Formats: sequence, C-alpha cells, structure tokens
Amino acid sequence: MDLTLKIWRQASAKAKGHFVNYQVQNISAEASFLEMLDILNESLVAKGEEPVAFDHDCREGICGACSLYINGRPHGPDRGITTCQMHMRNFKHGETIIIEPWRAKPFPVIKDLMVDRSSFDEIIQAGGFVSVRTGGIPDANSIPIPRRNAELAMDAASCIGCGACVAACKNASAMLFVSAKVSQFALLPQGRIEAQERVQRMVAKMDELGFGNCTNTYACEAECPKEISASNIARMNREFLSAKLLAHKEF
Amino acid sequence: MGKTLNYSSITKKIIMSLAGLFLISFLLVHLGINLMILFDSTYEKFNVAAHFMATNPLIQVFQWVLFLGFIIHIIYGIIVQLQNWSARPVKYMKKGYSELSYFSKFMIHTGVIVFIFLIIHFANFFIVAKFGHIEEITYKSGTYENMGAVIVETFKIGWYVVFYVVALLLLGFHLEHGIQSAFQSLGFNHWRYTPVVKIIGTLVSILITLGFLAIPLVIYFS
Repeated sequence: MDLTLKIWRQASAKAKGHFVNYQVQNISAEASFLEMLDILNESLVAKGEEPVAFDHDCREGICGACSLYINGRPHGPDRGITTCQMHMRNFKHGETIIIEPWRAKPFPVIKDLMVDRSSFDEIIQAGGFVSVRTGGIPDANSIPIPRRNAELAMDAASCIGCGACVAACKNASAMLFVSAKVSQFALLPQGRIEAQERVQRMVAKMDELGFGNCTNTYACEAECPKEISASNIARMNREFLSAKLLAHKEF
Repeated sequence: MGKTLNYSSITKKIIMSLAGLFLISFLLVHLGINLMILFDSTYEKFNVAAHFMATNPLIQVFQWVLFLGFIIHIIYGIIVQLQNWSARPVKYMKKGYSELSYFSKFMIHTGVIVFIFLIIHFANFFIVAKFGHIEEITYKSGTYENMGAVIVETFKIGWYVVFYVVALLLLGFHLEHGIQSAFQSLGFNHWRYTPVVKIIGTLVSILITLGFLAIPLVIYFS
C-alpha cells in the first residue's frame, strides 16, 4: 500500500518543531508499523536526509520503549498492543497517517518522535519499590497471599511504563501509571509495610513533575497497551486518603 | 490560599467530589420543593415550603454551608482545570477521542455555563425573595409571600425558558459524569457495585434534569 505520513520533526529539545509530509510506497500489510518507519528511514538515509528518530527496543511489546501518537491514539488504532506490535493491515491504501510524539510537560521532546520519559523513573525512585536488606531467597510460599490479590497485583505489575496513559489523557495525567505501581505493592503483604509512605511520596512526586489531575475520563484505560484497569486509580485514591488520615507522618 | 493550591492532586479531587455530592443533595431538596408549584394552582404548598426554607433558622445556617460548598467546588474546579491545561503546553494536531465517559471532556465548559446560569438564577429569584418586594397571599393556613406567582410570571417569558432549558441540560451532562466520577475519586470502585453506581448516577442526573426542566416548560406551555 502507498501512504502519506505526516510526521513531527524537531531537530533537538530546544529547536522548534514542525510537521513534514513523506510518501512511502509498496508497504506490505504484514509489515509492522516500526518496520514501515524503518523503510522510510532507509529511503531518507539513501537520499542523504536525516532519518526520523523514534524510540524502540524489544519490538515484541514488553519493554515499553516504543511510543508514537498515531492518528490521535497512543500506540495506534488497535487495542491492547504497543506500536511495535501494530501491523500495517490496520491502515488503508492512500491513507494519511499523522504521527506525533507523546505530548506532556513532563515528557519533553528529545528529537522528532522521541520523548524523555525519565519523569516516570523519578516517580519510581520516590517510592515504587520494597526495601529489603536481607540475604537469602525466601521460600516461595512462606507468606500466604490470597489468590485474588496475587492476580490483581500481577495485572497491575504488567504495566510497562510506556506513558501511553499520559499521552492519551486530556490532562496529561499519570494516574494510571502511578496507581498501577502503587497497587502492585499495596495488594501484597510485602508491600503493605511501606504502603502509607509509598503512596504519599509517589503522588507528591507525580504532582511536582507537572502531570495533570485525573478527570476519570478513562482514556488511559482504553489506550493502555497492557489494559491496566482504572480501578487501580480508585485503589490509589483509597490508599492515599487512608494514608493521609491515618499515617503517623506526612511525606 | 497558598496551602490550598499546594494540596495534592488527589486531595483536590476528593474535596471536589465531597462538595459535588453535597451539592446534589441540595439539588434534590430544591427540586422536591419546586415541583410542588406544578401540583397546586394556588401555589399554597410551594409558598408554605418556600416560607419555611426562607425563615427556618437551621436552614439559614445551612444556606451558608451550601454557599461554601459551591465556592469550594467551583474554585477547585478552576484550579484543577488550569493545572490540567498547563500539563500539556504543546497540543496534539490530531485530537484524541478515546474515552469511556463522554461528558468528562466538557466538565469545565458545562460547569462554567451552569455557574453563569446560577448567577442569573440567583438574581431572578433569590435576591428578589430576600431583598425585593413580593406580594402576599392569604390562605386558610396563614399569609405568605406569593413566590409561586413570581416564578410563574418569569417563566412566561420565552427566551428565559430557552435559557433555562439549555442550562439545565448542561447541568444534566455535568452530573452524568460527575456523580460516578466522584465515587471513583473517593476511591470507591467495586466489580459489582460500581456499575450500579454508574446506573444510579445516570438515573439521578436524568431525574434532576427532567424534574427541573418540567417547571419552566409546563408553566410556559400551560
């Protein structure tokens, strides 16, 4: 198929960006979206032009590196997949595809379609961990965990931190990401010990970085490649409220 | 004010939710009293109720709590919205369209129009009732200010009715998202009960909207 690509080009973080139109020909419906961009870049390099910069790593939907806001949707038109898992069969011959970087104040553009998502790392550093200072590996079933909690914690932990929730949210809110990280610990006994401190620190960091507030639009849930449930956001709100009301110390 | 601005995003939303749910309880009382006007050609029931609301000392105190509820909900709504806009300084060329709660995208717009409506509504009735002169009417039970007649007179004006209808519909849209959203913000999300909350939220929004709409429409067309 032949396509017109309208791609955001920005030489550096400081430079002013703009859209550039590119034509690609004979793209197979079986090609992945990133392969299609590789084909474009090869042709740009052959012509001596600067290739389009975009993030990618594993190309199998588990690393969370790829991004791209395609025709108004993070990770493109299909549900529950990342950009690298999306195939060109989702598009029609002659279509114009608009490709933009994630847009959020805490996700500044580095170059073209690449954004700096280290603000997510900062949120994790603020409390998204369990402090364990012991040696040996504990026995697998020494701490009993209800099966339901184990399942919910696993669902929350499947978040790959790609930032699609922020990109999709009309407020550029990171609530789905942060709530998934809060939930995966809050649901397990090992995570309960630091739960009150964790939720307060992570939410404070999220606010400080300039992410928006949650309007409960649930665009995040609809666009999440791992289909993280917005019920995690309610859980974080509960955790936060009870921590503020009951914790001995404010963080 | 500085400390209030520094409240975390979740605290702000929790305060907004509580204020919003409180305002809905007011709407239901308000609607209950107003509907009396349609079921009594002498407006006696309504005028007695209006007199009670205007003179009962407990209600007078509560009135200020209600004002506070409005102010908190509106101020936080504006703060939260300004922060939300500033969180995305460069907009997308192609707007996103994914959402599971449609009216959530227009909370600030419906909110602002409902606020403007509130000011006009206040000037029409509340200020008149409090400070203006209203003719009195005598029933067997006693003499009351004929507030019912003031309302009926107002709703004989066509453009007024149109304005009310538009504002009330927008209020309905605001509530349709607001009620279920408030529960989520307060941390209430349950696999069985959340769908029930959503249905009840929608029904309450429809009830409030249709109930209030009935008053100007029935008066205008009768």
